[in-house]
Amino acid sequence: MQNEHTTIEFPPETLALVNRIIKRYPEGRQKSALLPLLHIAQSENKGWLSTEMMDYVAILLDIQPIEVYEVASFYSMFNLEPVGNCLIEVCQTGPCWLCGAEEILAHFEKRLGIKSGETTADGRFSLKTVECLAACGNAPVIQVGTDYHENLNIQKVDELLDTWQAENKNSHSNPYL
Amino acid sequence: MSLYKVSIDNIEVEVEPGTTIMNAARKIGGNVVPPAMCYYSKLEGSGGKCRTCLVKVAQTSAVDTRPMPKLVASCRTMVQDGMVVQNITSPEVLDARKAITEFLLINHPLDCPVCDQAGECDLQDLSYEHGLEETRTTEDRRTFEPIDIGEYIKLNMNRCILCYRCVMVADQITDKRVHGILNRGDHSEISTYIKQAVDNDFSGNMIDVCPVGALTDKTFRFKSRVWFTNPFDAHRDCPHCSGKTVLWMKGKEVLRVTGRKDKYGELEEFICNDCRFHHKEVTEWVVEGPRKIERHSVISQNHYENLSDDKKLKP
Amino acid sequence: MATKILLENIEAPGLATFDCYRKLGGYASVEKALKSLSPDSITQEVLKSGLRGRGGAGFPTGMKWNFIDKKSDKPHYFICNFDESEPGTFKDRHIGQLNPHQLIEGMILGSYALGARSAYIYIRGELFYVLNIIEKAIDEAYQKGFLGENIMGSGYSLDLYCQPGGGAYICGEETALIESLEGKRGNPRIKPPFPALVGLYNCPTVVNNVETIANLPWIINHGADAYAALGTLKSKGTKLISACGHINKPGIYEIELGLPVEEFIYSDEYCGGIRNGNQLKAVVAGGSSVPILPAELILKTAKGEPRLLSYESLEEGGFQTGTMLGSGGFIVMDHTACIVKNLLTFARFYHHESCGQCSPCREGTGWMEKILRRIEAGKGSMKEIDLLADIAKHIDGTTICPLGDAAAWPVSSAIRHFRSEFEEHIIQQKCPFTK
Repeated sequence: MQNEHTTIEFPPETLALVNRIIKRYPEGRQKSALLPLLHIAQSENKGWLSTEMMDYVAILLDIQPIEVYEVASFYSMFNLEPVGNCLIEVCQTGPCWLCGAEEILAHFEKRLGIKSGETTADGRFSLKTVECLAACGNAPVIQVGTDYHENLNIQKVDELLDTWQAENKNSHSNPYL
Repeated sequence: MSLYKVSIDNIEVEVEPGTTIMNAARKIGGNVVPPAMCYYSKLEGSGGKCRTCLVKVAQTSAVDTRPMPKLVASCRTMVQDGMVVQNITSPEVLDARKAITEFLLINHPLDCPVCDQAGECDLQDLSYEHGLEETRTTEDRRTFEPIDIGEYIKLNMNRCILCYRCVMVADQITDKRVHGILNRGDHSEISTYIKQAVDNDFSGNMIDVCPVGALTDKTFRFKSRVWFTNPFDAHRDCPHCSGKTVLWMKGKEVLRVTGRKDKYGELEEFICNDCRFHHKEVTEWVVEGPRKIERHSVISQNHYENLSDDKKLKP
Repeated sequence: MATKILLENIEAPGLATFDCYRKLGGYASVEKALKSLSPDSITQEVLKSGLRGRGGAGFPTGMKWNFIDKKSDKPHYFICNFDESEPGTFKDRHIGQLNPHQLIEGMILGSYALGARSAYIYIRGELFYVLNIIEKAIDEAYQKGFLGENIMGSGYSLDLYCQPGGGAYICGEETALIESLEGKRGNPRIKPPFPALVGLYNCPTVVNNVETIANLPWIINHGADAYAALGTLKSKGTKLISACGHINKPGIYEIELGLPVEEFIYSDEYCGGIRNGNQLKAVVAGGSSVPILPAELILKTAKGEPRLLSYESLEEGGFQTGTMLGSGGFIVMDHTACIVKNLLTFARFYHHESCGQCSPCREGTGWMEKILRRIEAGKGSMKEIDLLADIAKHIDGTTICPLGDAAAWPVSSAIRHFRSEFEEHIIQQKCPFTK
């Protein structure tokens, strides 16, 4: 795979994973690997997809860059702007709302000093509201990286934030590894 | 192969198997033809999206006499032998069409007075016939700044109804598409994402297939209202395309060159950018004569089509 | 004790490992099928069982399989729809996380019956940790010879892969899922043609829900008659109901179809009653898209008969007084819940999830959300209630895919049954439920 227009290059173990994924689809259908690759690309780029990164994915899959932009901008898990090291996604839909999701969000906003959609000045945390995470029986629910945190209350939010602040939480690891 | 007999608004027509309800209706012609804002017979896979052509299938076929449970998109539904379709004879269809027209307008700016498409705009025609007299929205409309996409095309995203035709043109008659549909839902937009020019020899056809004023010809922008220009069929020897065009003239001046559109607003043939943008002298063309505006459009509301040929303006 | 098909061993420690699952009788149906059953006889068995799709639409599974283009010489594909994202629905995650081998076993049966040599499990991207659990189980199944070349010497070969989504509820619609699996935007296709003829890579394809597929091993092991003996006339077998909201015991329950709703809500075996001894106000019985019903209509039909958890009983009375079983996402609201605010969260959800391809859904969902936001905040007017109902009416049935209907039904039904609560917001110029 030639890398003509960009200086980006995945590390060898990531490229090996990419090649394993592409083999899951019939010959000529490598575009099917686009969503898996965007997840990987985002994790390799601090949790967001830059134009350069998307162009690199287009090269890996031998498709036009616009095909990548169209798809990346359609799905809500892909961030087209930089995000903080730790992205906290708070579910807001019906069942979570019935069980107090607004209080949970308000507490995150208060503790972090930011509103939903913003990043802390030190770049450590971003807060985002999301729609149903399909864990309604354990509402309220948040997602951080690939982890679900469920049955939340104010005390649990405090404990989680204390831990993440202490360990300098990064939520953007490769979801496959 | 034997033909299928279909009834549309109580008018019978015989068509080849594999024909859509829309094309069967076009075979009949007149006002039983459903309006089409996204379907374009020359673009593969087009249609089904705008929902303005919804019709009622009162009987599925001669064998299966049940009605179809929902209204169907006539542009993407194949006829069956003995099918009974209701378009303008169905109050349900007309009610749905009125609603669809309203949906298409709630985020559409009311900027017809400054829009180059005014007078030949399919949405203007649609709302003329099916629109409500009052606006029921109080919400802000979504807004975008107009941008240039390439040297010749202005994109005014506010006006776009997301018919996908221009994307299909780029996919099907040009290579290496650089623009597409970004984002999702009512945030969807036509864009190149990064600042990039749409630049290939047939890109101008995106303007012709656009049903509204989202993509307009920069070489014609604000030069004239279309109804003050006179269309003439013309041709030239062109190495890239058929060279068969329409010149939109004011006096001796060629203000605009477009492809030739049939009565459904569809191009008879795609033309190249060279013909469209680079030959604005009447001497470069063989002028065949005035083009009859067959389209059922706002231009025609002034009964231009009813004027005898000698009363029509001549260059 | 009622028969459990999906949750029988769910609490067994280590169930997600091949050894534990196998020890409990796992993969027996694959042995039986590959040694002694033809693909067609499996389809016939599934048809006879009366199993209906558990993703929400409730279409008979065997019939869906029968539509597949058997004559086509193109590859056939079997896809598992694990894009669980209908608000209130969280049953499939339970299976994938705790019992992935039962899903894999079902995938092998379905693939064999449909003549598929490649199969995919499309799982919503948010559930990547479940994807990793399933991939690990798939690896084990390959090692033990239940996947890959020449399974158990039968000559039948199957490759099974997991595919993550990217965050889009619409990909739970089967043709949008197929588009997404092809690496495209999740725009539903215009049907017909249906996937059974033109599906993944334009090849014959069947897409089934996780729970549907996880039922297959039991049906093959015990026979269609045993399955059909469970449930009611039109609702065979068992169903996972994921219960949430204002109840004492939210969770996932496997019920035999036909269980009275009242028993489900108040019995300690299931929801355990309303929290804090509060009063039941309303239930959304089948995931956010089905019509909401007030307490009196969810417990009893308009005819005064006990309402049962079955397709036909929940549909009793049509949309005027009934609802749907849908995906089994059972959302309970007590008397403290604001129906308008709850509806607003649903309207925001559907607006957020509309793909934007067709105009009624693209424009209408956002419009409804904006009006509801105004009404909920006490800034609406009486005529906007009718406007809202009118918009919903015109989205219903005019869109490419069922997302439009799904967005419209909650609005229509909330106005139908709780109109006075909308009016109260307008009269008081605030939400009557805020302190």
